[in-house]
Amino acid sequence: MRHDTHFILNDAEIHTRASGGLLLLDYIRNRARLPGTKEGCREGDCGACTVLVGSPEGGEVNYLPITSCLMPLGEAHGKHVVTIEGLNLPGLSPVQAAIVAEGASQCGFCTPGFVVSLTAMMMSSADVSADEALSGNLCRCTGYRSLKAAARSLSRSVGVEAMTAAGELPGYFSDIPARLSAIPPPAAPADPDSEAQWIAGGTDLYVQKGAAIPGAPVYLLGGREDLTGVTLEGDHLRVGAATTFQAFAGSRDVQAVAPKIEAYMSEIASWPVRNRATLGGNIINASPIADMTILLLALDCSLELEKAGVMRTVALRKFYRGYKQMDLLPGELLRHIIMPLPPSGARLNFEKVAKRTRLDIASVNSAALIMVAGDGRISAAHLSFGGVSPVPLYLTRSSDFLTGKSPSPQLLAELLAMAQDEIAPISDIRGSADYKRLLVRQLLISHFLTLLPDALAVEEIYAAH
Amino acid sequence: MLHIDATAHVRGESTYVDDVPAPAGMLYAAIFGSPVAHGSVASLNVEDALAAEGVAAVITAKDIPGENQIGPIIPDEPLLADGAVHYRGQPLAVVLAKSVALARKGAALITVSIDPLPVITDPRKAYENGEIIGAPRTVACGDVEAAFERCDVVVSGSCDMGGQEHVYLETQRSRAVPQEPGRLKIYSSTQSPYAGQRMIARILGIPHNHIEIDVLRLGGAFGGKEDQATQWACVAALSAWVTGQAVEVVLSREEDMRMTGKRHPYLSDFKIGATHDGKILAYQVEHYQNSGAGADLSTAVLERTLLHSTGSYHIPNARIFGVCCRTNLPPNTAFRGFGGPQGMFVIECAITALAEKMNLPVAQLQRRNLLDKSDPFPYGQLMGNDHAIRAWDDAVASYDFAAIHERIDHFNADHFATKKGAALMPVCFGISFTTTYMNQASALLHVYTDGSVGLSTGGVEMGQGLSTNMVLLAARALGIDTGKVRIESTNTTRIANMSPSAASSTTLLNGNAVVLAADQILVRLRTVAAELLSESRADRITIADGEVLNGGKPAGLTWEALVQHAYQSRVGLSAHAFYATPDVHYDKQTEQGEPFAYHACGTAMVEVTLDCVRGTYTVDSVKMVHDLGRPLSESVDLGQIEGGLAQGLGWMSLEDLQYGEDGTLLSGALATYKLPDAHFMPDDIQVKFLEQTDGPIGPYGSKAVGEPPLMYGIALFFALRQAMRAFRPTAEFPFTAPLTPERVLTALYAGDDPGELPRK
Repeated sequence: MRHDTHFILNDAEIHTRASGGLLLLDYIRNRARLPGTKEGCREGDCGACTVLVGSPEGGEVNYLPITSCLMPLGEAHGKHVVTIEGLNLPGLSPVQAAIVAEGASQCGFCTPGFVVSLTAMMMSSADVSADEALSGNLCRCTGYRSLKAAARSLSRSVGVEAMTAAGELPGYFSDIPARLSAIPPPAAPADPDSEAQWIAGGTDLYVQKGAAIPGAPVYLLGGREDLTGVTLEGDHLRVGAATTFQAFAGSRDVQAVAPKIEAYMSEIASWPVRNRATLGGNIINASPIADMTILLLALDCSLELEKAGVMRTVALRKFYRGYKQMDLLPGELLRHIIMPLPPSGARLNFEKVAKRTRLDIASVNSAALIMVAGDGRISAAHLSFGGVSPVPLYLTRSSDFLTGKSPSPQLLAELLAMAQDEIAPISDIRGSADYKRLLVRQLLISHFLTLLPDALAVEEIYAAH
Repeated sequence: MLHIDATAHVRGESTYVDDVPAPAGMLYAAIFGSPVAHGSVASLNVEDALAAEGVAAVITAKDIPGENQIGPIIPDEPLLADGAVHYRGQPLAVVLAKSVALARKGAALITVSIDPLPVITDPRKAYENGEIIGAPRTVACGDVEAAFERCDVVVSGSCDMGGQEHVYLETQRSRAVPQEPGRLKIYSSTQSPYAGQRMIARILGIPHNHIEIDVLRLGGAFGGKEDQATQWACVAALSAWVTGQAVEVVLSREEDMRMTGKRHPYLSDFKIGATHDGKILAYQVEHYQNSGAGADLSTAVLERTLLHSTGSYHIPNARIFGVCCRTNLPPNTAFRGFGGPQGMFVIECAITALAEKMNLPVAQLQRRNLLDKSDPFPYGQLMGNDHAIRAWDDAVASYDFAAIHERIDHFNADHFATKKGAALMPVCFGISFTTTYMNQASALLHVYTDGSVGLSTGGVEMGQGLSTNMVLLAARALGIDTGKVRIESTNTTRIANMSPSAASSTTLLNGNAVVLAADQILVRLRTVAAELLSESRADRITIADGEVLNGGKPAGLTWEALVQHAYQSRVGLSAHAFYATPDVHYDKQTEQGEPFAYHACGTAMVEVTLDCVRGTYTVDSVKMVHDLGRPLSESVDLGQIEGGLAQGLGWMSLEDLQYGEDGTLLSGALATYKLPDAHFMPDDIQVKFLEQTDGPIGPYGSKAVGEPPLMYGIALFFALRQAMRAFRPTAEFPFTAPLTPERVLTALYAGDDPGELPRK
């Protein structure tokens, strides 16, 4: 099933019948022949292909940086895609001038991606820090000091209108909202044919099977209105499965449940990837090391699944049956994630150990939600671990064991022994099985130290052996 | 002066090989590499690929009209495997199709039947099996056995160093375009255009002068395109030769990581001895280099390891042994530092082990044994006028190392599970190709009648700022504005027989040639000016800021007018000049000589904070004093220092190449092979240029800067070790790099049962 994709690429109106699963990057470089966007890795790790994607939002256009090597062309429909060529002015833009002045470009291959990311930082309505704006781009030449200096010299959250008025963006940006509104919405999503590849954010799918997708029929879920957004409904949040990580973390309701969600996000993927990656994709991808799924497990979420109008609900902790095996029927769609609101006083912690703090896959990740009673006892606990089992793991026995207990080194010692029996890590590129077992112990200690700081001191734990 | 390409870079207007519009009918190549690491090829079936949609041709070894050989030093590497395969990913066939996607789909249809042979990935095992490349080598001085007898303390140990993937952001690529019959033009992302020309000529069996290589710029290289760009240029050229069509080869990141060589992993054993007061008397080291399946540049890399095995230290009695061990990995190759980092890492481990045994601060032992002017290296060259001690003392004083140590001690006393550590790393890096004949370069300078200048050299711009340096030098030598000078692509028809852009020597060699070429022009123009100005002495004529001066005073004659006069006077306005580094020599039989023009020196201090619960760490600061001589462009040189540092820090920490026992690269993507990002690098990076120094032979007193700063990153390993020892003072930690969070945590809790509380 092929649809005409109609979008604006820089200043040009594009109608294309190219496969909706074609990578936006390939369209930009090979068909539109805009060579400023570079391919460095084709898996969202280097950021050389970063472009802006502007989506209409309430009369304005919200621009986000995304890695064009992970976005299906079909999702560009009705949007404004901006490459480095579309940012160029007769002179240098503030971002470009800062990079030149700081000596922050050497071989130049990564540079357009950095320019786009930092321009996004200036355009963004959210206050994105310079560090976060740099989180999705690798440079092998400079050592980053000069890039950071350039980034920090720039104004943040200036906004598209102000930048256009100041001549910091090309003038054509001011017409984009009207031009986008003239683009008819995409054809209503028909039921997918059985052959179609379903794609949500695509951030892992394209990495795993990217070469196979472009020619195949695709069924795009990303950005669908009926599948995005966070709604507060009584005692729970209803989260659309195609809600991106970034939108999820930006929700006030989510922040009320997970006050440090934005700090966790800095350890999960990168800004451009979080603008694409979806909660539902993270869950259905069923990676045993999925960061967001581990967090959702500790929050004791449930899944709303739908097939042919029939809805059912499954607890996330019971959803996984084996490596990449789920309680999911063929053609069944994950529509929403139901997140119960924890009682007030509940304490949440997310831990992740990877080689690199940012944009890396964990060796082991873990989340803990602990409710503490007035007498200091743990009234309820949810513990989850990734990377230690064929599935994202909810530690049922260990969680139950903590309930009703008072924190002490002895309790921790018993928990450590129990947790080791619940996990079955294997040695792989993320670390040896022994290392992962050790990490499980150390991250449980970290949870205790973080969540129960008054109950236990690190010296006490280490002295109790 | 800022990087002259920066304005085009930030606008995305700088072009790389595949950014140029394709010639009509161009074919795209996909490489079919061996699926196993070692074996004999029973059959290779390309029929299905040939029949696939859009596939125009499949090229195999039998299509090679000349010699199937691309080994640069030792002829042991076929372009396309024929009969036997020696590493996973070794190219067996090239599929040419109308698009990259179709070529890759075609390549996926190729089948090969290989009778497997034993796979060796461990260099020691290769050595035991007699699988070596070239001859083992030993550089020695003094009487090591007798000296060990005189030592009060002797320690020995082993080091295990990982390799390093280059991760040039631009993967390997080349485009070959047929010219008039019998000739090819190749656009290649290579540090060594002449190597490409030479090998293509060998592969096709035609003279060098039928092959033109053109290089505009590289999207990073770091040694990875010194020799290993050649095979992709050869693949493109052979494919174009056979099909008569233009052919482009662009490796995907996955292919690039799987098929190309990297920095050499080493296993090394050391023994070191000193007197009670910390004077090192004797050092013995054996290096087992994991060379991979072919020689590539491994023997030259090993040579530099041998020459840098005593680091920045004077050790009067030393025996340094090294051997290239053949394993079933892609042939390992040049990477910034070229074997120097491995040699230096081991001596730092040895000194650290000695200090730990003697219960002395490591820095005290380091300082005590730094090379002074009259001290010889084991290979006989004297330290001379280079500044290892000055740089060290300057760093220790400028950054107040004593205060930092005191602060760290207080911090560690106050914190149970968070520890800080700091270490100093002196670097003393020999400048020149150790293969003496390679220390040559030339430049071609044209002055056009409007006064603008076109400049060609044998150097390649790969981000390091060579173009900036060349333009600066030409403008400075001619006395005109840099805006008048345009640097051209690097092209084998303009500059013949060029050495690779490598060995930190590209500015030294090519820059001196530029100055010599400019001098030739100047001599001619002065004569013209003297005649015009009726000045009898041409030596009184100079040019500055585009104005002719007579006796230092403006003579009312502009550069442009002078050039016009010269042209109309039928005076040549082009010059070609040749430069060869004087006085360098090395005798590989005696392993003695003066292989280096000088040594680039400096000292760095790295400070880290270690989370002893999680085993993760942050680099807090890096503070450096570096001897640049008189820098040509401080901005460019600063970029080289900071960028080299980042790669060195990465090599010691994040960058973890892992191979399976079957020779499979397990960390074969940027998802699994992590390099420093903006967050990993500390905000606090300080660089101080050593004052009042002069490069002895660099143009205008400049000094080399490409490779030396990489080795500052080695300090990270030892700073982390300090922090680990602050948490576990009595533990024995191995000298295994990179020191990943996994290695840190497992070392901190070695022997613990994870089902019990940790032991303190």
